[in-house]
Amino acid sequence: MHLEINHLTKQFATRQGPILALRDINLHVETGEFVCAVGASGSGKSTLLRLVAGLETPTSGEIIVDGQRVTGPGGDRGMVFQRYTLYPWMTVQKNVEFGLKLQGMGRRERREQASYYLDVVGLTQFAQALPKALSGGMKQRVAIARTLATQPKIMLMDEPFGALDVQTKETMQQFMLDLWQRTGVSILMITHDVDEAVFLAQRVYVLTAHPGTVQREMQVELPRDRDYTIRRDRAFQDYRDDIMDLLRGKAPALAR
Amino acid sequence: MTPAPSSVSPTSPKTLKPTVFWRLAEDIPRPLNLTLMVLSIAVPFALWWLVAGLDIVSDRFLPSPWQVAQALGRLWTNGFLLSDTAASLGRVTVGFLLAVVVSIPLGISMGAFASIRALFEPIIGVVRYMPAPAFIPLLIIYLGLGEAPKITLIFVGTVFFNVLMIMDAVKFVPKDLLETTYTLGGQRRQALFQVITPYVVPNIIDTFRINIATSWNLVVVAELVAAESGLGRRIVQAQRFFRTDEIFACLIILGVIGFTLDLSLRYLMKITCKWAVD
Repeated sequence: MHLEINHLTKQFATRQGPILALRDINLHVETGEFVCAVGASGSGKSTLLRLVAGLETPTSGEIIVDGQRVTGPGGDRGMVFQRYTLYPWMTVQKNVEFGLKLQGMGRRERREQASYYLDVVGLTQFAQALPKALSGGMKQRVAIARTLATQPKIMLMDEPFGALDVQTKETMQQFMLDLWQRTGVSILMITHDVDEAVFLAQRVYVLTAHPGTVQREMQVELPRDRDYTIRRDRAFQDYRDDIMDLLRGKAPALAR
Repeated sequence: MTPAPSSVSPTSPKTLKPTVFWRLAEDIPRPLNLTLMVLSIAVPFALWWLVAGLDIVSDRFLPSPWQVAQALGRLWTNGFLLSDTAASLGRVTVGFLLAVVVSIPLGISMGAFASIRALFEPIIGVVRYMPAPAFIPLLIIYLGLGEAPKITLIFVGTVFFNVLMIMDAVKFVPKDLLETTYTLGGQRRQALFQVITPYVVPNIIDTFRINIATSWNLVVVAELVAAESGLGRRIVQAQRFFRTDEIFACLIILGVIGFTLDLSLRYLMKITCKWAVD
């Protein structure tokens, strides 16, 4: 898998005139990578992800996945949204099966595959529950299982833990890291949470706002195997402080 | 720095007084709820019984509950009750089912496609404000006096409301759900039939529950004008012979059947759309 974004610019027409949301974005994600784009509100990070998903069309520039130019949404770029997007009338099992059903997989095969991914996210016992019976964190785990079940080339995540409380968020971040290590799925995630980005990503793109621009690309050289204690490490805190400085518009203390 | 008040100030801030009966948008205790609901039926009934029993009004104008019960028994034994109810219900069923068959696909399409909406919304917006009973003379001229004009009246009187209410429900389908569907590899057609449609099923059932009341009104209106059978026709007959007890009996039957239709649709919703109730 190779995702490549070249000179991507997005402009929105509004009544007050055109607004430049993203300017000349260059970014790439390779097979099995966990990449985060971090930025404040107004950095156009959601727009960036929607463009990659094909839910918006670029004003100029291009997005290429494995040599194919993105022209619209498709199952090769699965998306997990910030808001809960489970289909409320379907059981958890049916939700996870739904992507496979849309793609024409047979009943038995998709039941097996969905069960497998429900197990991966640890929700097998809730297979027959309706989404309304689940907590916020569980809903997001189902949404992640649903995306993974269709085996996309890359999983796009739009602040998936933004609506969760602090404790659940931390659990989900750990869960996400484990999941990524077990499945080897390629992930492009956007977040405003610098701590989250450093904790999860191998590489971070720092976006500054108005218009959204890639300010810096940063390799996070922490062990792949992380848990919450890494937040106390000096290296972790340095990465976080550097990104914070960049977001504040200051040059980071340490050049990396 | 202002000194702290030594005692409670006489003009202490206004606080919300506790209440049970006047709770705003909150539940009341179950026993109170039940009592009030019983009173809702019992008080009017008792008043009726009282006024009829006091001989203020002549029996001929205001029959007593007992006389109405006897009239009901009479209508039952001579078979009119059953045949008239069947006639009225039959018309409502056919007319409303036709409206259902048209309004589900049209309403969903209008909600989902701005193009279809632009094509139909203006004309429907005008026609729905033409009172359905105003069509009766025209329908009689076109279709005669049989079943056709009555069924058509019910159809015309309900179809547009059904369409617009279903259309509105579709507009409220979260965009996120559709975008999720696309990023899972779904096509527009699949989003329409497998996401939008199931999402609005509870709204569709609710729409029908509300509008079937209109069709129940219209069938009686049609029967009052011209009919060989039906509960409306029975009321006109009773009026001719000054049988107010039979009129009361028919009114009660109309109310009970309407209420039963409402309850059955609520029940249908409860068993088919568990996800949408409570």
